[in-house]
Amino acid sequence: MKLTVNGSDYEADVPPQMPLLWVLRDTLGITGPKYGCGIAQCGACTVLMDGIAVRACQIAAADVQGDITTIEGLAQGDALHVVQDAWIAHQVAQCGYCQGGQIMQAVSFLSLVPDPDDEAIDAAMSGNLCRCGTYPRIRAAVKTAARRLNSG
Amino acid sequence: MTHATTRRGFLKAAGATGAALLIGIRPDGALAAAADATQLNPFVHIGADGTVTAIVKHFEMGQGTATGLSTLIAEEIGLRMDQIGFDFAPSDAQVYKNFLFGSFQGTGGSTAMANSFLQYRQAGAAARELILTAAAQEWGVAPADLSLEEGMVRGAGNAAPLGDFVAAAATLEAPAEPRLKDPSEFRLIGNPEVRRLDSKAKGDGSALFAMDLHLPGQMIAMIARPEQRGARATAYDDSAAREVKGYISAAVLPEGAGVVVYAENTWAAMQARDALEVTWDRSAAETRSSDQIEAEIMAALDAEPAYNVNGTDAAATRAAIDAAPVVVEETFFFPLLAHAPMEPLNCTIEATADGGILLHDGCQFPTGPHMALAQIFELPMEKIKINTMLAGGSFGRRATPTADYQVEAALAFVMTDRSRPVKLVWSREDDIRSGYYRPAFGHRVRVGLSAGGDITGWEHRIAGQSIMKGTAFEQIVVQNGVDHSSVEGAADTPYSIPGAHFGLTDTEKATSTLWWRAVGHTHTAYAMEVMMDMAAKAAGQDPVAFRLKHLPGDTPDQARMAGVLTLAAEKAGWGQTPEGRSQGIAVHKSFGTFVAEVAEISGDPENGVRIEKMTCAVDCGIAVNPDVIRAQMEGAIGYGIGHVMRDRITLTDGAVDQYNFPDYEPLRIGDIAAIETHIVVSDQPPTGVGEPGTPPAAPALANAIAAAGDLRISRLPMNENGVSFA
Repeated sequence: MKLTVNGSDYEADVPPQMPLLWVLRDTLGITGPKYGCGIAQCGACTVLMDGIAVRACQIAAADVQGDITTIEGLAQGDALHVVQDAWIAHQVAQCGYCQGGQIMQAVSFLSLVPDPDDEAIDAAMSGNLCRCGTYPRIRAAVKTAARRLNSG
Repeated sequence: MTHATTRRGFLKAAGATGAALLIGIRPDGALAAAADATQLNPFVHIGADGTVTAIVKHFEMGQGTATGLSTLIAEEIGLRMDQIGFDFAPSDAQVYKNFLFGSFQGTGGSTAMANSFLQYRQAGAAARELILTAAAQEWGVAPADLSLEEGMVRGAGNAAPLGDFVAAAATLEAPAEPRLKDPSEFRLIGNPEVRRLDSKAKGDGSALFAMDLHLPGQMIAMIARPEQRGARATAYDDSAAREVKGYISAAVLPEGAGVVVYAENTWAAMQARDALEVTWDRSAAETRSSDQIEAEIMAALDAEPAYNVNGTDAAATRAAIDAAPVVVEETFFFPLLAHAPMEPLNCTIEATADGGILLHDGCQFPTGPHMALAQIFELPMEKIKINTMLAGGSFGRRATPTADYQVEAALAFVMTDRSRPVKLVWSREDDIRSGYYRPAFGHRVRVGLSAGGDITGWEHRIAGQSIMKGTAFEQIVVQNGVDHSSVEGAADTPYSIPGAHFGLTDTEKATSTLWWRAVGHTHTAYAMEVMMDMAAKAAGQDPVAFRLKHLPGDTPDQARMAGVLTLAAEKAGWGQTPEGRSQGIAVHKSFGTFVAEVAEISGDPENGVRIEKMTCAVDCGIAVNPDVIRAQMEGAIGYGIGHVMRDRITLTDGAVDQYNFPDYEPLRIGDIAAIETHIVVSDQPPTGVGEPGTPPAAPALANAIAAAGDLRISRLPMNENGVSFA
């Protein structure tokens, strides 16, 4: 299969039913998307497909349509994405394992809802689990990122 | 930051540059300096270019220890936080032992800062003195005329970066007792602006967890494990598995502990394992179900306890309670719980060129797997190396007395020709169904109150499944038959309780049991603090005032416990609850740290409880990294709350009923609207913060729910009592 990840083209010889998550991790060596549950119930594997957050564990290789962006491809050169900056400013990460997925979910969400309130943030982020319980900081970081995105 | 490099890479780099300065300890325990890692394993490594690396003896599961220990080194040397990186220590119990674990290297019990605070500061202070001495010799001045701030040595008209003196400093004798900075000189310790060292790597995807390791030629191993504890694999049929592209082979583990499936990649391993037909011998298998286990615990509570925990006279306590005008009684049940760290368990084993073995692991307790692997591979300890990597959470799961998953990986590796590294991967289903659990416990408490509302007797029976018995820790932790981890937080409560009697009975394990964030305190704090609330209500007294009455300040512990209780109540606006809200409070000491929490809720159990705010006050002695402490309180509160809301592991005929997050549902972002943490200013030695935030969270919520109506939740989880959450 051919796919474009973080702006680079790849050719991967994998079974068509292999989930994108394992294509990325085991075949392409792109390990930012994490395995957490394998059934779209934790969000640790979240990547963008043409800018929209999807669970990479649920998309078969054969069904990948569109450019894939992972946490590794979010920065523009040395400049981190606004959402990444907000995550670092709020010291969100503890163990950090879920945070790539959290950030990708937030990026997708803010592209659709630029000025969310707490309720909207909670609804949009509720499918992304964090066992360390970093949720208060995730909420704060999403708000900070929204403010910065809106101020241009 | 240097943590992404492997230990081997680090050693190679350190060896190559030659003129480094390493501060560690000699076999006799004295501080020593050296120029390379062949001479000693260090706490701090300063490269020839002046790059400073803290060698962290504890693993990082998110609790902030890597930043914390680096802060101590940076403080004493005189660095900014952006001038220090960290690497994880190799497995070497002689140098890196946890002083609170005897002769073992490991992380747990919220001990990392408490046992490292002086040691890492001394290493940093020794490095500083050596650098200053070397600079003074070169400039022909006295060391006392020089200062070292932000990595620059200055004084007597000179200024140079510390890297200029590394080679000379490495030839000097380390000071036996370097001067530590006075707390008034601290610029980093206690500074709320100090940032974590791992935030960027964890925000840009570059942080490498053990699960992310991909060694050339590696095989993935997954294990088909028995559904019931004690069942044994006797045979397997892999004819369907052979149809899976990437499947390599399968093999029965020694003693039939399971069947290993080897594959070229993780997806193939999962598919092949699903396709494998395994024959199980269930003759020695656990067959009890949860209701039977609960009934056994309840029966144990009915009987006279097997162990008198605090040595008081049970009959006298009973007589005092029987004579009391008011008696409050409650029976509690706490279910099995899984740890479920976000990163499922995994580790990788490879053979090294020198005939040794290298384990790559988010390793919580290196000495355990180190010894186990030496035994399995029949190699001397020095031939086993451990590369500790970042761990995606643990909550206790990665530190088993049996080194369970590392042993699995070693056995899986032993059964191959050892030419290819073997990476053992657990699925989430393995984690939920085949793991170790917070044991099930029951408590029965009877409290007698005088007409004036004073406690006259407190009889407290505890029954449940011991964690420590049958493990290597039994000799240390079990005394007179009492597994301390079954009663901690109850029998040793700081409260002044006249006529207190605590009894314990062990019940038979149905699963493997294990410490789970805050261990025994996870159930003792709930029983203690719900009972205190019930007693206050029966006495017609305010729950805060009633608790303070039993914390008269007779001991330092009582004063500190009263301190956090008062602070939390004040900050939460206790007694001025807004319309439509209810508050509950709980306070608990665990791992040397005092935490009080106020839960404020809206709604009611029938129509939906919403947790509006958790207000936390913590006294952990000197607050080394205030922001890390806040983060740990936020996380620990969420961990405590999430599980009592709706989580439990149940068994049917010995097999776990739950399988993944849909039926073992962790806390979600919307479950707690806000958390506020206040840190008590203290000059006491620092104590742990990873666990102590968890114990008071659940009883504070239970007490708030009781305040909202009349529902006392004594059997967890809460949603099994008709409580819904909005």
